[in-house]
Amino acid sequence: MWTGGASSPAPARRGCKTRTGGRGREGAGLGAARVGHSGKPSRGLTLFTGLPIMSADRGRYRGLDRIGDKPMAEQTGVAASDEVVAGLSREQLHEIYYYLWLTRQVEQVLTNLYRQNKVIGGLYRSLGQEATAVGSAYALRRRTDGTGDVISPAIRDLGALLLMGARPVEVMRQYMAKGDSPTGGREQNVHFTDYRKGYIGLISHLGVMIEVMAGVALSFRIRGEDRVALVYSGDGMTSTGAFHEGFNLAAVRRLPLVVIVENNQYAYSTPVSKQTAVKSFVDKAEGYGVYGERCDGNDVLAVYEMTKRAVERARAGEGASLLEVITYRRKGHAEHDAQAYVPPGEIEYWEARDPIDRFEKQLLENGWATRQELESIRARVDEEVDRARDEAEASPLPEPDAALDGVYGDRPTARPWTRLAVPDPHYA
Amino acid sequence: MATATKESKRGRERPEHVRHTELGKPVTFLEAIREALWEEMERDDAVFLMGEDIGVYGGAFKVTEGFVDYFGPERVIDTPISEAGFTGAAAGAAHMGLRPVVEMQFMDFVSCAYEPLTNYIATSRWRGSGPVPMVVRGPVGGGVRGGPFHSQNPEMAFFHTPGLKIVYPSTAYDAKGLLKAAIRDDDPVLFFEHKKLYRLPALREVLPQEDYVVPLGQARVHREGSDLTIVTYGMMVHESLKAAEQLAEEDGVQVEVVDLRTLLPLDEDAIIASVKKTNRLLVVHEDTRTGGIAGEIAMRVNEKAFEWLDAPILRVTAIDTPVPYSPPLEDYFLPQVADIVAAARYLVKY
Repeated sequence: MWTGGASSPAPARRGCKTRTGGRGREGAGLGAARVGHSGKPSRGLTLFTGLPIMSADRGRYRGLDRIGDKPMAEQTGVAASDEVVAGLSREQLHEIYYYLWLTRQVEQVLTNLYRQNKVIGGLYRSLGQEATAVGSAYALRRRTDGTGDVISPAIRDLGALLLMGARPVEVMRQYMAKGDSPTGGREQNVHFTDYRKGYIGLISHLGVMIEVMAGVALSFRIRGEDRVALVYSGDGMTSTGAFHEGFNLAAVRRLPLVVIVENNQYAYSTPVSKQTAVKSFVDKAEGYGVYGERCDGNDVLAVYEMTKRAVERARAGEGASLLEVITYRRKGHAEHDAQAYVPPGEIEYWEARDPIDRFEKQLLENGWATRQELESIRARVDEEVDRARDEAEASPLPEPDAALDGVYGDRPTARPWTRLAVPDPHYA
Repeated sequence: MATATKESKRGRERPEHVRHTELGKPVTFLEAIREALWEEMERDDAVFLMGEDIGVYGGAFKVTEGFVDYFGPERVIDTPISEAGFTGAAAGAAHMGLRPVVEMQFMDFVSCAYEPLTNYIATSRWRGSGPVPMVVRGPVGGGVRGGPFHSQNPEMAFFHTPGLKIVYPSTAYDAKGLLKAAIRDDDPVLFFEHKKLYRLPALREVLPQEDYVVPLGQARVHREGSDLTIVTYGMMVHESLKAAEQLAEEDGVQVEVVDLRTLLPLDEDAIIASVKKTNRLLVVHEDTRTGGIAGEIAMRVNEKAFEWLDAPILRVTAIDTPVPYSPPLEDYFLPQVADIVAAARYLVKY
């Protein structure tokens, strides 16, 4: 858990140019004219395929009444004097760095545990796409008393889960199927829930969470609460019927739902080119009649700002949004997957665009952090993650008959009669 | 108190069509369901409705007629045609403390929501993701010439899913009391309403003016008898009662009719108790034969009361086909009173 730390005030240097609002002028502004956080004009990200993805389609998306006209600092509540970029203070930037590094290190420890056969099922890594999870969830109102925004992470959104308050030891216990894991060993990996902290565990049937989170958003609407529901989708999930039904419902009722499509180029082994006929997932926003925006998912601040705009729109009653982040899954679908389907050179191309390296460079080059500060954050993460691993390893496996508990709220599940001390079928 | 209050919390009078019980008048099966929904919405602000055409139109069978005017469009929500979408959304709303009641325009379409119901909703509590207090209700059953997609009895598609509860009432009293219990229950409940019962004049009855519930999971002995037990539910309760009358008149045979009312959890004790009394069991259901509930009931009796049986357990069911449209075909498809009588006579003479 981030506890912050004293930091010397840095010169307020606004590297992020907030786009001007206005219907359709820049549209959702896919960023051709956008000025990068380094203060230099962004050249835009190029897909490995050579397709420019940040320059096309300007003005095609409905940029309805964006809230982007207000300085970000005003929206985040950071005093203007403390703001260094994107409405964020130096301390907040360090917090983002902490969670990026924490995500990567938790997964590194899990990889080691996997190789030691201590992870019971598969291991799903988010290497190379940590910024999409952390940057987006950072735009939310995080609370621990059940009054904040609510997310449902997809399998590669460990960073979002940690940011919302899940503890590394909980994640490790989940992977190791321990009895004191959040699901008591019934479920695996990031499939777990904490309503007070504001996250709802996904199930493996992709798309259902879009429906469920539309319902969470609906409850906010019915009760008149200014809370927002955010749900993560992979590129593959967008092809399901459930995605359509859930998102259409949110769109037509203008529910405070933000859907983030994390386009990491593959669904298991299936490339995006076999997943959809649209050029870009954000094209679908228009089809649903909602606000859409897309950004470089390996630029954590760009993800943060884009999500922030959608979240504030939702909070202001302006309806659902579909956001797309372009990123890349550098590991296989799960740890067993050798990625034989990936063209040579592709992974290396994206390694050179690693989101954490990029953010680190930004922090240092702009003077938002010192080397020493980042080192100390990393050391703290390493220490926390090691402690979490030790705790999780020491946790017991569940008692076998705990499987009986909790199917119904008001009645037990029958024990198998053959396992009674004296087998008795009348007991069944 | 929800019932017997003329003034709602909004200070407006209840419309006439939900005041039958309040005024001491008899209600149909459908009106009993409507009153249950209305009273639960008055009692608890967390209760809200979702479904297709349930608002201004009042629902395909007019169950929710007048609701949107009174409770408003945020509590009586017309949805796009998306059974999976709004069923999944109901789960999300239920997580947040609301109590959604979703209507399937016809329960045939609940198959579209099989995914959220069986994978997400039914497992949620057990997975540690919390209870999902919600009801999925709608019309089921044949005999109304609805054809293969407006006549189904899909209950057994869900019977095999731990975590769900399945309710299938046969009388106005039970429909109202069971629906209230379902809405107040903390587990997800599928509530099946036989559409042929909706306006059946014989089912009209005066209901208690006070608030009441019929607990889930409890069968009811609808007719006492000593020679043979018929376990059944829904529309077939009434066909079985007709058969029982005929058998009493023509054969002097006393049939006990047990109405399951709730299929899941199954009231095994009531079934076993009746079998121990009559020593003969016939299971009658409108659902098709293979994989119908008769199989499960026979197995339970085999486990728990084998020694009490004087005859094999038999069943009368629909044939293993889709539901046909044309009257001669559908009548052939559905179990008839004569089938029940024939099976009962075979068992009594065994």
